[in-house]
Amino acid sequence: MTADIHLDQKRNAGAAEAAAAPQIATKLRVNDLNLFYGKFQAIKNVTMEIPERQVTAFIGPSGCGKSTLIRCFNRIHDLYEGIRTEGQILLDEHDIYEAGVDLNLLRSRVGMVFQKPTPFPMSVFDNVAFGIRLYEKLSARDLEERVEWALRKAALWNEVKDKLKQSGQALSGGQQQRLCIARTIAVKPEVILLDEPTSALDPISTGYIEDLINELKKDYTIVIVTHNMQQAARISDITAFMYLGSLIECDDTTKIFTQPRESRTEDYITGRYG
Amino acid sequence: MDTNQTPLYRRRKRLNQLVMVLCQLATVIGFVFLFAILFTLVTKGIGAISPSTFVERTRMNGGGLGNAIWGTFLMTCAATVIGTVIGVAAGTWLAEYSGKGLMAKVIRFINDILLSAPSIIIGLFIYAVVVVPMGNFSGWAGVLALTVIIVPVVIRSTEDMLRLIPNSLREAAAALGAHRWWIIVRVCYSGARAGIMTGILLGFARISGETAPLLFTSLNSNQWNFFDLGSEMANLPMTIYQNMTINAFIPDLVALAWGGALILTAAILILNIAARYFSRQRS
Repeated sequence: MTADIHLDQKRNAGAAEAAAAPQIATKLRVNDLNLFYGKFQAIKNVTMEIPERQVTAFIGPSGCGKSTLIRCFNRIHDLYEGIRTEGQILLDEHDIYEAGVDLNLLRSRVGMVFQKPTPFPMSVFDNVAFGIRLYEKLSARDLEERVEWALRKAALWNEVKDKLKQSGQALSGGQQQRLCIARTIAVKPEVILLDEPTSALDPISTGYIEDLINELKKDYTIVIVTHNMQQAARISDITAFMYLGSLIECDDTTKIFTQPRESRTEDYITGRYG
Repeated sequence: MDTNQTPLYRRRKRLNQLVMVLCQLATVIGFVFLFAILFTLVTKGIGAISPSTFVERTRMNGGGLGNAIWGTFLMTCAATVIGTVIGVAAGTWLAEYSGKGLMAKVIRFINDILLSAPSIIIGLFIYAVVVVPMGNFSGWAGVLALTVIIVPVVIRSTEDMLRLIPNSLREAAAALGAHRWWIIVRVCYSGARAGIMTGILLGFARISGETAPLLFTSLNSNQWNFFDLGSEMANLPMTIYQNMTINAFIPDLVALAWGGALILTAAILILNIAARYFSRQRS
């Protein structure tokens, strides 16, 4: 019950803000963030802004902290012990690391899709309905409509409409990943975090998902981690380059790929290391 | 270059054949014993089994096995139900909540000991803590002894099966805003269900044939006892044991014991096949 009210509030707040701000608003603001795995510092003094309804891509060599950073945005790190953060992350100007933040509610606002598809061991329908059932009490018909809506948005409906009762784990890899995207959209989050969503997929499935991201950015703030620089160049508005836990440069994608300020960025995108 | 011709390759190929023959030999030996047991049981037991075996009670002379089959069924089911509740809960705690704490290590260690504890010791334990204070042998004592045997089996299989659920699924469910217990109930249990069911069925099969723990607890009886777990309870393993030893001079009872052995073995075989079927359902 309380969850429903919160959800309504958050949507109204989101809508009001969008109407009030003629220019691109900041959805996420990272202030001087540090993260430690035990004694190892994986994120070093990162400060940046992530604009609303844009695609922000994180690039950088393996182990540079991109995934670690976006896993802070929904505090999924909190599932594990021994990880410590300092600094602030503001979602709509409210610090998500403040005491008393409801993590489950936060995660319903900031959805996440992982590198490897993670369909639950249940039917396609139940996979998509899983998150909806957590926060909303819909009638059977409304639930069906919402599931169809999410699957259509994820460009998967036509392929699975006749096998909604089949196991989600029986789909192909590309379909599974779109199922996971549908499941994330179904709860109507405000931000979608994508952690190398296409690295386990073939080029055709990758193409589907890239088109999808382009479509989704009309409604959602998208943050994507990718190892594929062409992908970052194709789909993102903003690109952030990270190296050894630090944010080296963050700017318009065209600028990063044509005239980066930092020589390290240029070295990386021209393939000199990484 | 033709790799078939190098001496190293030929040697490896011969070794491969040798190991395969050894493996096949081991399989054959295993099967020979299994079929010898089944053959003996069928030839000696089938003659004693008739419809009346299942409906008549055990008597000093002849009779059937109805009360013993019922007693074994009832006590095994009761122990399985109790053992499943305790075992699944404890296994879930070990796999999902305990972390790397000392408590979990201690419990896991004790559980491993229980898993391999001689069943007669468990019977003696229940005899000392339940039967002696209560003053009589009872079905409940038998149920308790069987529960102590099945609990570690269920704990182990629950923990192992939950650990097979990849963490990425828990993360994905948490990323949708699910609470921890909901992740366990909806995601982890649905993934581990087949494996946990298999563990429970194998435990059920194991305790349905236990004799030693019943010797000191439920004892045996030749009366029908449907639900009075407060008094002695007939059961199949004890009946087989008694008919083959202290009653060995009565040919009818010996024949009935073989019949009972066949029934028990067939039931356990069917349960194992069912367990296999469930575990195959996984994929």
